[in-house]
Amino acid sequence: MSDQLELYGKRFDSRLLVGTALYPSPAVMRESVRESGAEIITLSLRRQGPEQQQGKMLWDYIRESGCRLLPNTAGCKTPREAVALAEMSREIFHTDWLKLEVVGDDYNLQPDPYGLVEAARELVKRGFRVLPYCTDDLLVCRRLLDVGCEVLMPWGAPIGTGLGLLNKYNLRTLRERLPDIPLIVDAGIGAPSQAAEAMEMGYDAVLLNTAIAKAQDPVQMARAFRLAIESGRCAFAAGLMLQRQTASPSTPTLDMPFWQQADRVPQE
Amino acid sequence: MEIQVNGEHKVSDTGDLAALLKELGYSGEAFAVAVNGDFVPRAQYTQRQLQHGDRLDVVAPVVGG
Repeated sequence: MSDQLELYGKRFDSRLLVGTALYPSPAVMRESVRESGAEIITLSLRRQGPEQQQGKMLWDYIRESGCRLLPNTAGCKTPREAVALAEMSREIFHTDWLKLEVVGDDYNLQPDPYGLVEAARELVKRGFRVLPYCTDDLLVCRRLLDVGCEVLMPWGAPIGTGLGLLNKYNLRTLRERLPDIPLIVDAGIGAPSQAAEAMEMGYDAVLLNTAIAKAQDPVQMARAFRLAIESGRCAFAAGLMLQRQTASPSTPTLDMPFWQQADRVPQE
Repeated sequence: MEIQVNGEHKVSDTGDLAALLKELGYSGEAFAVAVNGDFVPRAQYTQRQLQHGDRLDVVAPVVGG
């Protein structure tokens, strides 16, 4: 049975998207991305002088990786900055896919919902396929859909914290109220169990970076996340049992020996 | 004329963006440019005349999350 992730008309076998930053070395980054099974990787643009070769080296790796690119607008604080950086990304990376970030607060890198909606509206008009990094607020998410976003990427927790799914009520609400929209938990995931939980909730995918890059063994952690996300997706498809407050024996109670003995009443 | 390139002051008599980028040593296609905060498509480099006080951003791919 095919269970592919579909984003803007493209299909993917992997439901894990990974960032390329913070790795101890380019070699570990390459090996970790490969081990994660990710088919979509994020990257960015920064000022560089002509003598700096990072851009060229990264470009060479990207081409050989075969992954779809998802450039971000990390660090942009206004719609104007985000739109300009998006245009620069499209020219360099030859893709209209964009992880849209408009940061509203330096302390927790919280997305600015107003700037985000404004930037998304303009970028959709300019032909971009916008994947907005957003908060988990239902109404902000609806506005993003209204202006033409077809995928949403609500945060689990602030970027780089590893705190996991901080507001499960909001995340569940998004899933229930937007059943047909691809939803990707982006940022804040620290452990594979948290990624699995997002998938069990019915999220379509998870995007993360720090949890793999800053693990003691990033390559091994990339594998752990790949397995957790497959496992969580499988569990969602299987359907979790309903929780209940009181115990219910799983072993048959019929024909239990000793049943007639009066002293079997449990001690208080 | 004085211009800023990635936050650094430069002095150049070059008139258009294509010539300035060449003078600065940029080559290949792994970079993109904004002038005064607005993106300038590669195809417009030769037509784009620079003015005293212009601020250029020249960006290239980096790792990102």
